[in-house]
Amino acid sequence: MIRVVLPAHLRTLARINGEVELDVAGQVTQCSVLDALETRYPMLRGTIRDHDGGPRRAFIRFFACEQDLSHEQPDAPLPQAVVTGAEPYLIIGAMAGG
Amino acid sequence: MSGVRLLVGTRKGAFVLSSDGRRERWDVSGPHFAGWEIYHIKGSPADPDRLYASQSSSWSGQVIQRSDDGGATWEPAGNKFTYDGVPGTHQWYDGTPHPWEFERVWHLEPSLDDPDTVYAGVEDAGLFRSADGGQQWQELPGLRGHGSGPSWQPGAGGMCLHTIILDPAQPGRMFAAISAAGTFRSDDAGQTWRPINHGLQSEGIPDPDAEVGHCVHRIAMHPSRPAVLYMQKHWDVMRSDDAGESWHEVSGNLPTDFGFPIDVHAHEPDTVYVVPITSDAEHFPPEGKLRVYRSRTGGDEWEALTRGLPQQHCYVNVLRDAMAVDSLEECGVYFGTTGGQVYASPDAGDNWAPIVRDLPAVLSVEAQTLP
Repeated sequence: MIRVVLPAHLRTLARINGEVELDVAGQVTQCSVLDALETRYPMLRGTIRDHDGGPRRAFIRFFACEQDLSHEQPDAPLPQAVVTGAEPYLIIGAMAGG
Repeated sequence: MSGVRLLVGTRKGAFVLSSDGRRERWDVSGPHFAGWEIYHIKGSPADPDRLYASQSSSWSGQVIQRSDDGGATWEPAGNKFTYDGVPGTHQWYDGTPHPWEFERVWHLEPSLDDPDTVYAGVEDAGLFRSADGGQQWQELPGLRGHGSGPSWQPGAGGMCLHTIILDPAQPGRMFAAISAAGTFRSDDAGQTWRPINHGLQSEGIPDPDAEVGHCVHRIAMHPSRPAVLYMQKHWDVMRSDDAGESWHEVSGNLPTDFGFPIDVHAHEPDTVYVVPITSDAEHFPPEGKLRVYRSRTGGDEWEALTRGLPQQHCYVNVLRDAMAVDSLEECGVYFGTTGGQVYASPDAGDNWAPIVRDLPAVLSVEAQTLP
């Protein structure tokens, strides 16, 4: 079970309370996690990355296990602690704006 | 008893303001989509309970929301806006070519007769259409592709298609306005377009006959006389009597002819409203006095409407989509400010009162007249 934490605005948009728990088939990567997330919550398509699995939006960052994964390859395996559910995969809105 | 519903988009959410026909007491609901920018909300003329809202943020991009119960509940609709074919380039601020990139939806214009059909004016300037209630969007590429697109440049607020007007008398005729490209007309339901900017004069454009490049802030039409268009340009208030073929200035005795919104009385095609702003460098009312100006002669002769509006220390702006009228027997006029006030006049502008004073900066106001 993969645990995913979304920023507040996206939790509101998708009507999610707390973390999301996802089953991800096959290798667990950022791309496969986001694919599974968008399949369950279609309204999130285009809000984290471009449509059709495109690049990450500029003010969105990805973290896990105290590492910034934002610039990692989308198809690179995620840390084992994320795969086992010991640690969440964090989708973060950059601190900016007013 | 009939009533009015105002759909207010702000920098931090949407608000729905409702009143009966007396327009004295208002219920305020919201914020809907709290924390998000709501550039525009508009209801279908064919089904007033069908609303469309443009929700966006720099973080998460564009969302389209749809309501089927007059704004009580909302569901996200489709948000995929892909330009047709190879998008090409327009000019950047420095005159260099810049790729067309979707940023946000500025304006949503539902069809006059089909609640499931809605048009979206977007930044970078383009026109999209949905025929399934906002689920899927297709560009009408004839606008960007008619020929002048590569020479369009953004205004200070971005290169936005901000005004869409559907002609109720001539099916298939529609108008669009773009900052800073100008005004365009289609006579075949948006398939083909041409610029209609003859007569516009803009400082900074040396060619007096320039086909495009004008920073049109908004255009307005009265449905009973669709060949007459009014325009608030960056500077100058303009009028066309031939569906945009030619324009002439009607700024007349306005204290300044810079501004953003322009609208027409619901029952009097020659009664027009603008909100003069000091200048392009000072986006606030002259002398700190918030004054709506009304012409009852289709322009040129204007009177200041001040009763109930702040007449000192007022330095707000009124943005291009932030004025609306209702169609009750005595026409109501409404506008919102960047200071978060929404003002209402139940008597065509003679008297004003704030409905709310402390919303986030108001981006848009639309009025629905309910049975």
